[in-house]
Amino acid sequence: MAKRSVSILTRLLTNPSSPFTAPTRSITYMPRPGDGAPRTVTLIPGDGIGPLVTGAVEQVFEAMHAPVHFERYEVRGHMRKVPEEVMESVKRNKVCLKGGLATPVGGGVSSLNMQLRKELDIFASLVNCINVPGLVTRHENVDIVVIRENTEGEYAGLEHEVVPGVVESLKVITKYCSERIARYAFEYAYLNNRKKVTAVHKANIMKLADGLFLESCREVAKAYPGITYNEIIVDNCCMQLVAKPEQFDVMVTPNLYGNLIANTAAGIAGGTGVMPGGNVGAEHAIFEQGASAGNVGNDKIVEQKKANPMALLLSSAMMLKHLQFPTFADRLEIAVKQVIQEGKWRTKDLGGDCTTQEVVDAVIKALD
Amino acid sequence: MAAFLARRLLGTPTSSSSALISASRAFSSSTTPIKATLFPGDGIGPEIAESVKQVFTAADVAIDWDEHYVSTEVDPRTNSFLTRESLQSVLDNKVGLKGPMATPIGKGHRSLNLTLRKELNLYANVRPCYSLPGYKTRYDDVDLITIRENTEGEYSGLEHQVVKGVVESIKIITRKASMRVAEYAFLYAKTHGRKKVSAIHKANIMRKTDGLFLQCCDEVAEKYPEIEYEKVVIDNCCMMLVKNPTLFDVLVMPNLYGDIISDLCAGLVGGLGLTPSCNIGEDGIALAEAVHGSAPDIAGKNLANPTALLLSGVMMLRHLKLNKQAEQIHSAIINTIAEGKYRTADLGGTSTTTEFTKAICDHL
Repeated sequence: MAKRSVSILTRLLTNPSSPFTAPTRSITYMPRPGDGAPRTVTLIPGDGIGPLVTGAVEQVFEAMHAPVHFERYEVRGHMRKVPEEVMESVKRNKVCLKGGLATPVGGGVSSLNMQLRKELDIFASLVNCINVPGLVTRHENVDIVVIRENTEGEYAGLEHEVVPGVVESLKVITKYCSERIARYAFEYAYLNNRKKVTAVHKANIMKLADGLFLESCREVAKAYPGITYNEIIVDNCCMQLVAKPEQFDVMVTPNLYGNLIANTAAGIAGGTGVMPGGNVGAEHAIFEQGASAGNVGNDKIVEQKKANPMALLLSSAMMLKHLQFPTFADRLEIAVKQVIQEGKWRTKDLGGDCTTQEVVDAVIKALD
Repeated sequence: MAAFLARRLLGTPTSSSSALISASRAFSSSTTPIKATLFPGDGIGPEIAESVKQVFTAADVAIDWDEHYVSTEVDPRTNSFLTRESLQSVLDNKVGLKGPMATPIGKGHRSLNLTLRKELNLYANVRPCYSLPGYKTRYDDVDLITIRENTEGEYSGLEHQVVKGVVESIKIITRKASMRVAEYAFLYAKTHGRKKVSAIHKANIMRKTDGLFLQCCDEVAEKYPEIEYEKVVIDNCCMMLVKNPTLFDVLVMPNLYGDIISDLCAGLVGGLGLTPSCNIGEDGIALAEAVHGSAPDIAGKNLANPTALLLSGVMMLRHLKLNKQAEQIHSAIINTIAEGKYRTADLGGTSTTTEFTKAICDHL
């Protein structure tokens, strides 16, 4: 306990005033004529807390007069497949914002999230797990970006019952998918001035499958000599994450490990309620709450309307940058971070007790 | 904190449920010593094994150690460096303690852990993780047990290249193995007075495989209505574990998730150097082991930390129903570490292995 209060004190003493009270503008962006034309984005509210948090984004965008027009489609997790019209809308608009879709356990329905990703070939999932100023957590100096392969691996969905009582599931790893996710990870690191990429694997046991993944990562690493590359076994990785998270920078993983690592890293940095993220492919992008835990919420949160909209708001800021509206993205990001730092309006997962609407109102007020 | 310590020290239940795991064993009275196999292992193994022997003698534990070493040649009967005699010894004694073993690199033989697992049919790996009072980590109140299915799942080793650049790896889940580990998990929860069992899965994506695992857990849960049972998706579990580990009590999982989660939990309490573990096999076989490495760089220098092996030894004693002595040794270890005067280098102290061991013996 003493250790934590010392670190809180140091932070308070070195940061006498919030950097947000006197904003200094950075060098301006120069748009091309016509860049202000509104873009259409497909909106899928989803299940559980999904409608609440996407509603929050809509309200904030409205308040900002953001040049984004939402095309809303109802998709529920228990549907057999994603409706044709929704797919067409996403293919047309190229960008989608969605809330969580609950995938029923054990039922005969395949995951709609996976369907969307496979059909639109959205192969990279990105979560930025970073300590948010003002939110005190057990771990400091966390700034990890988890880049996860999104289409194959353990989630290929190829299962069958061999004989009654014996079931097989196939994990598929291909050179093509491993190479492109590795390339995306290194390119991301290069574009964002990140110094290290770590590949997470279990190749000591799954020698061929994860071995192929590692081979692909190593080949791509050669093309980026300025970026440090190392490898870590997934169980050791989890242990290191809870002990010394500052050693990780960008992490590239196959599907399943990526899921676990993203949620663990999000948890140590403050919870999945505030971590932004998105999924991107060569042509389409879907933005949603970064890490998947809790993106549908439970009945109590839905009833009391106390879902945390921060993660989706920050992801929508990422979306605004993707749509090339960087100024709106900056305003939104600053407002959200200010509200978190002030600490007055926080939902239950951050230690407060506010409703979603109260948080949204606070963010709207904080916009410039 | 006092309440927490009290619970740990006094919390072990009496053997009211006697028809248990090793019903066929004849438990020793204080006169006939129990035979147990000891694999000191490599590197720091022999030193920490010596430590365990000293502490057990000081606590009057009537155990006759049957020591076996990993040989330098491959035994053709077992296709590994572990001889047929060593394995037979564990099968006969039904209980064993294993130190860290470094698997020699090379082909033509099975890995040591794989040999043990297959020959002894070790189906469940039990790892209790609790915060050690006195050894500060970021988490103070961890108190959970991870029970991991150890024979199948993603680690079946069945992989092949379909065509160049496409590899398949097969994950197998069977009703038999899942029922076995689920039964053990609930039995363990009941005999150790734990209130809740959580089954960890990803059945929303892997519907048939993890679905079968969950089904088996559901069936066993119905037989234990007094124990709370919940099902948690693995990503929620990871997040909840790092945010609030007190939400969990006993966790039961298939092989891969178990591997990752048990190491994550070990990280919460201070690392593999402090974590005990026990492998359970058919017919009541129990092989307790220290899961850390053999640390060849500090081997022979009297610097090693014997805590993991000692705590595993305590687990072994509990399995043998020698609860009184198990508690004695356990509290001695906890108190020594809590006191802070005698700690080995990895815990931030300057004591040698022998000093630390002596301090524990004094605390008995």
